[in-house]
Amino acid sequence: MKFTLEIWRQENGEDAGSFSSHEVDDVSPDTSFLEMLDILNEKLTESGGEPIAFDSDCREGICGMCSLVINGEAHGPKRATTTCQLYMRHFPDGASITVEPWRSGAFPVVRDLAVDRSAFDRIMRAGGYVTVHSGPKPDPNDVPVNPEISEKALDASTCIGCGACVAACPNGAAMLYTAAKVSHLSLLPQGQPERQERVQKMVAQMEEEGFGSCRNYGECEAQCPKSISIDFIGHMNRELLRATVIEPTDLRGEMKTQ
Amino acid sequence: MDLDAKIPEGPIADKWTRHIDEIRLVGPRNRPHYRVIIVGSGLAGASAASSMAAMGYKVDCFCFQDSPRRAHSIAAQGGINAAKNYRNDGDSVHRLFYDTQKGGDYRSREANVWRLAQLSTAIIDQAAAQGVPFAREYGGMLANRSFGGVLVERTFYCRGETGQQLLLGANSALAKEIAAGHVNMHTRTELLDVVVVDGRARGIVVRDLVTGAISSHAADAVVLASGGYTNVFNLSTNARGCNVTATWRAHKRGAGFANPCYVQIHPTAIPAAGEHQSKLTLMSESLRNDGRIWVPKKANDERKPSEIPEEERYYYLEERYPRFGNLVPRDVASRNAKDVCDKGMGVGPTGQGVYLDFRDAISEKGADVIETRYGNLFDMYERIASDNPRKTPMRIYPAPHYAMGGLWVDYNLMTTMPGLFAIGEANFSDHGANRLGASSMMQCLADGYFVIPITIGDYLSRHPAGEIASDHSAFRDAEREVHEKTERLLSIPGNRPVEAFHRELGKLMIDECGISRNAEGLKDALKKIPELRERFWREVRVPGSGEQFNQSLEHAGRLADFLEFAELMCHDALDRDESCGCHFREEHETEDGETLRNDEDFAFVSVWEHQGVGQQPIRHKEPLEFEALPLAQRNYKT
Repeated sequence: MKFTLEIWRQENGEDAGSFSSHEVDDVSPDTSFLEMLDILNEKLTESGGEPIAFDSDCREGICGMCSLVINGEAHGPKRATTTCQLYMRHFPDGASITVEPWRSGAFPVVRDLAVDRSAFDRIMRAGGYVTVHSGPKPDPNDVPVNPEISEKALDASTCIGCGACVAACPNGAAMLYTAAKVSHLSLLPQGQPERQERVQKMVAQMEEEGFGSCRNYGECEAQCPKSISIDFIGHMNRELLRATVIEPTDLRGEMKTQ
Repeated sequence: MDLDAKIPEGPIADKWTRHIDEIRLVGPRNRPHYRVIIVGSGLAGASAASSMAAMGYKVDCFCFQDSPRRAHSIAAQGGINAAKNYRNDGDSVHRLFYDTQKGGDYRSREANVWRLAQLSTAIIDQAAAQGVPFAREYGGMLANRSFGGVLVERTFYCRGETGQQLLLGANSALAKEIAAGHVNMHTRTELLDVVVVDGRARGIVVRDLVTGAISSHAADAVVLASGGYTNVFNLSTNARGCNVTATWRAHKRGAGFANPCYVQIHPTAIPAAGEHQSKLTLMSESLRNDGRIWVPKKANDERKPSEIPEEERYYYLEERYPRFGNLVPRDVASRNAKDVCDKGMGVGPTGQGVYLDFRDAISEKGADVIETRYGNLFDMYERIASDNPRKTPMRIYPAPHYAMGGLWVDYNLMTTMPGLFAIGEANFSDHGANRLGASSMMQCLADGYFVIPITIGDYLSRHPAGEIASDHSAFRDAEREVHEKTERLLSIPGNRPVEAFHRELGKLMIDECGISRNAEGLKDALKKIPELRERFWREVRVPGSGEQFNQSLEHAGRLADFLEFAELMCHDALDRDESCGCHFREEHETEDGETLRNDEDFAFVSVWEHQGVGQQPIRHKEPLEFEALPLAQRNYKT
């Protein structure tokens, strides 16, 4: 197969950047998209050029390192698939393909197609955990969990943190990413003690990072490689409402009155 | 080389508790004075960093990925073992110990394996407390599945994403400590050297992968949690970035490397399709619980699997190993797959594949049950191979997967270099010559949550904190060497990309030092590797500069280390003139084609001392003692 690629090149975060055009030929349909870029990079290296920088690691759709907006879609045209598991058989022979980095002010470009997603880690650090030290813990069977609830929590925590939801959203919102973690922990008994505080802190950090706000476009769900449901955004909104309006946060104050 | 493993006295079941009672600890008020470096943020690194930071130590954690959450532990699929005996099927610490020791073909250190089995249950408790959503039964209790090489159901899981969920659990604990200022996290930063002063590890030199800046970091102890070296084969189930650099540089600085020839070839990966394939994707071993493995009885049979009648199918594992059937240990399954393919019965375009068939499981247990267990794995297979395993059998073939060898460590997980520790896959300690399924995560988390946070105190308490700072001349020297190597790589006037050399090395290693090995092939490889290394340093082209984000430079540095390490691996494989576990020397097999150990001459850990690149390294021995479990020939047939 043969392809014409329009690829975003940008030396570093300060550089303006522009598209450059590349041809690849003799590509087997069973080549993955990133392997096709590997082939291009080897050719560029052999011919004295500079290879295109892009992130990837596990190449089996779980580490969340790969990215790329392909023909305007995060992780390309195939649903529920990361770029590393996208194959050239998913494109027509002779196609022209545009490849860009994640587009978001909160994800500055590192080089070419690689971006800095540390904003996501900062959201996690704001509250995406249960405060437990390492050491003896109760037997998990002492805290039974309805399997449907556990599975639902897993539906959320299966998020790979790739950032496709942000790249897909016309507003550049990180709601699906944040909601996935908030929902995962708020559904489980282990997440209850810090439930209110967690959602407030994580949402505050998300806003501070400069992500846009949610307008229910639904593009995040559509382009999420793990098909994480937009219902979790509703879940997070309810959690936030509950935390700020319905539930008093000063639990000790209540106790004092007794 | 001092190979005193410091195994505590007393009966095996009491060793660990007795050890904790007896070793020196650092008190809570002193811990904040000690700085510990942890290299790697996978299950071992993240659990160690978060545990030690919560205890009060100052921790610096480094990873080459853009976020600590992306370490390759995340890709572990099937599950994690623990001797909980929830199923009431006769499981116990002793049985998990026995299975691990036997699975490792009696080439592990008993005391470490027992401790691992003993700590296994606490890991599940810890992870559940973090909010890891383990599979549950309808009553809300934890569910289990069984895994290869054992007779009990003791594996805990989260669909086919157990590694992801466990890593996110450890990573959430790490995130909390980073937020609290107890861990200084350095992402996109790669270790390029270990700094040694007066024989003790005092810190590391790293490269910031974004700016190219090279910097020094001093600490009171350095913990390597940098994973395994399986990418020496180029095509493996490891992530592209997995590398030997941290452990190899430590080895060159004096840390003994143990059993480098022990590499597990996983039986159930999707076969390679072409030359430019960048990795082999693993299909979880849990699939062997319900899938039946077969090939056509007739060689070079080109019919579709559905057209091959039952009596013309060779269910070779079920026939050869009636007791364990499709659940034989990984090395046995891999070797048998190679055997039937070598005899021409292999399937698929390359003839390097066997069928893994769910037809019977679906008709017996129902499509729904099978879908719940393996749905996401089926989807994953379909995405890659564009075949639906619900309708047609999967094609699988063995792929290099896990390194049992690694830096030698004592019972405290300290290497032969004082102050340098190795945990998780980076050390050699618990899996012998073959690792059982669902044991890698168990070992990483036992090391990180429960062992190193305590045992490191025994070393730290003997030395004052902050003895050496990063302005010491040893750091300047190490930095200069790193600069020189980088400059050398960038100035080679060649035109071949790094990847081309990695493919060459991988092909050579899989052919001569892969599923089966022989003396002649290994000697040949030992001639070819130095030649390839010389060509690499002459003909490679590393574009760009050292002062920028330069992925070719990263890969070139890692491959340069693999090109040195590969030689050590072959030396070890040649030196170990017996078959054991995954190390199958063709000269030594039983009449049934099983590994034939030589306990008389080889019941020891091989620990190698570096003598310079291209020089014959020196092999030292740590004799293995078998007190709790007598040596026996491994037999999965009856």
